[in-house]
Amino acid sequence: MKKAELLCALAFLIVLGLLALVGLPGNILNLFIFMMIITLTAQGWNLLGGYGGLSSFGHAAFFGTGAYAMTVLQTSFGINAWVALVCGVALGALVGAFIGFLSFRAGLKGSYFALITLAFAEVLRILANSWDFTGGAAGMMIKLQNGFAYLQFSDRRYFFLILLVFVALALFLSRWLERSAFGAYLIALRENDQAAQALGVDIFRVKMQAITLSAGLTALAGCLYAQNFLFIDANVAYGSWISIEALFAAIVGGAGTLIGPLIGAVLLLGLGEVTKSFSGGIAGLDLVVFGIILVLCVAFAPNGIRGFFANLKRRRSAAAEAA
Amino acid sequence: MYSPTIILEALVNGLMLGAVYALIALGLTLIYGVLHIVNFAHGALLTVSMYLVWIGCEYFGLDPYVAILFVTPAMFAIGYFLQRLVIGPASRGSDNGILLVTLGLSIVIQNLLLAGFNSDTRTIVTDYAFGVIPLGPLLLSQPRVIGLAVSVVTAGLLWLVLNRTDIGKAIRAVAKEKLGASLVGIDVAHVYAMTFAIGTACLAIAGGLLMPSFYVSPTTGAAFVLVAFTIVVLGGMGSIPGALIGGLLIGVVEAASSLFLGDSLGQIGIFLIFILVLLFKPTGLFGAR
Repeated sequence: MKKAELLCALAFLIVLGLLALVGLPGNILNLFIFMMIITLTAQGWNLLGGYGGLSSFGHAAFFGTGAYAMTVLQTSFGINAWVALVCGVALGALVGAFIGFLSFRAGLKGSYFALITLAFAEVLRILANSWDFTGGAAGMMIKLQNGFAYLQFSDRRYFFLILLVFVALALFLSRWLERSAFGAYLIALRENDQAAQALGVDIFRVKMQAITLSAGLTALAGCLYAQNFLFIDANVAYGSWISIEALFAAIVGGAGTLIGPLIGAVLLLGLGEVTKSFSGGIAGLDLVVFGIILVLCVAFAPNGIRGFFANLKRRRSAAAEAA
Repeated sequence: MYSPTIILEALVNGLMLGAVYALIALGLTLIYGVLHIVNFAHGALLTVSMYLVWIGCEYFGLDPYVAILFVTPAMFAIGYFLQRLVIGPASRGSDNGILLVTLGLSIVIQNLLLAGFNSDTRTIVTDYAFGVIPLGPLLLSQPRVIGLAVSVVTAGLLWLVLNRTDIGKAIRAVAKEKLGASLVGIDVAHVYAMTFAIGTACLAIAGGLLMPSFYVSPTTGAAFVLVAFTIVVLGGMGSIPGALIGGLLIGVVEAASSLFLGDSLGQIGIFLIFILVLLFKPTGLFGAR
C-alpha cells in the first residue's frame, strides 16, 4: 500500500520528465518547474507540520535563508553554485534548529508555535529588507552563466530534470521517515505528546531533529527558487506567501502522507492557472479559490485529498465485505 | 541628538495610536478568551471595515466618524454569521482546524478585496487629518486624540456589556465552563457567534478611527494583525485590561523604535517583543493561567 504510493509518485515524476524531454511549450515547462519548487517546499513543511503535527506559519524563514545564501554566496563571494547550495541547505537547517531550540525549550505548540514561526519569518524579512549585505529593498541578482557547474542551463529542461531528482529524493526521505523509529516517535508525539513522553520518547530531541530536517529541505527549495529566477528580494524570499503556499499544498494534498505535498502543489497551482485564465486578468481570484479549498478541506477532508481517497476506498471495501 | 520635546511628542503620539491598536487587540483577545481560538481573519476583517468606512465617505459623503455608526452594525452582522455559518461548522472545534479555517478566510477576504478594489491605496481627505491640538509644548495629532478618547469609551462600554448585561453574563459563563453553561440552558453556539460579532464590531470602530490618518489597501490589515497578536500575547491571552495596557505599550514601543531605528527597521521592535514574550512569559503580563 505505502510502497504502491511511492511507486505511483515516482512514476508520475518520470512521466513529467519524459514529457519535458519530448517537448513542452515554454510556459507549461515554467509552470511545472514552479510546481516542483512548491512541492519541495511543501515536502519540507510536511516533515514537521504533517508528521509532527507542528503547524508552522513561517517556513519562509527557511526558504528565504536558502534563497539568500545561494545568492549572496555566489554573487558576493564567488562561490560555486553547488557548494552554495549545500551551504544554503545547512544554513536553513541551522536557522530551523535555532528557532526550534528556542520554541521547544519554551514548550510552544499549536497556535503559539504557528505565531512564533510567523514572527521569526517577519523579523528576517525586515532584516533582509534593510541590510546592505542582502541588497536591501532593491533585492539581489545572480549573474547569468550557463553550465552544469553554475547550475544554470540555456535549455531549461535540464534544470527541471534536476528538480525532479530532488523531489524524488525528498520522497525517499519521507518514506525512510515513515519506516524509521524516529518517524514513529514523531507521529506518536503528534497524536499525544504527553503519552509519548510518558513512554520514554525524548520529545524535545525528536522535535529538534524534525524541524532541522524540515528546515533544510525547505531551504533547498529556496536555493533552487533563487537559481531558477536569478533574482530575489525580501518580500519574495521571506514573504508570507511561501509559508502559506507550503502549508496549503501539504494540507490540501494530505498532511502527514508521502505524496500529499506533491498532489497538493500540482492541484493548487494547476487550478490557479485555470482560474487565472478564466478570470480575465483580475488579480487575486486564484488565491480566493485556494482559500476556499483550504476551508473546504478542513471541513470535509481533514486528511486532505490523499486521506479522502483512502477513506473512500476503506468505505467501499467495507461495503463489499458487508454485501 | 533629539530634543526632549521631539521624543516626548513622538511617545505621546505613539501612546495615542496604541489606544487604537488596543481596540483592535480587544476584539482579538475577547474572541480568544471566550472561544479559545486564534482568529487569523482578524486583520482581514479590519481591512473590510476600513473599506466600508471608505465607501461611506466616497459614495455617501459621510464623515469617517459618522460612518462608524453604520459600519459597526454591518461588521457585527458579518462577524456573527462568519462564526455561525463558516468557522464554527467548518472547524469542528479542533484547535488546528480553527487556525487553518481562519487563515483560509483571511486569504479569501484579502484577495476578494484585491479583485474588487485592486491594489491601489485609498485615502479619505478630511480637513482635520493634519490638525494639531497644542498641549503645553507638545503638538498632538487631532485624529489620534479622537482615537484615544473613542477607544477608551469603547473599552468602557465593552466592560459594561460584559459585566452588566445578560449576554455579558452568558459570555463569561461560556468562557469559564462551556459544558456547564450549556447545561443551564445557554445556547453556546449563539454566545460564540455573539462574542465573535462583538470582537468584529470593535474593528469597525478601529477602522473608522484609523481612516482619517491612514490609507487602506487589501493588505493593510495583515500589517496590523501581528501587532494585534503581540498586544494580546503581551497583555495575556483573553485579558481585557491586558489588551488595553499592552496596546498603549506597543504604541509607545513602535513610536520609539521608528524614531531611533528609522521606518524600515522600526517594526522589528514589536516582533522582538512578541518573540521574547512567547518564549519567556507566554501567559503575558495579566495572563489568567
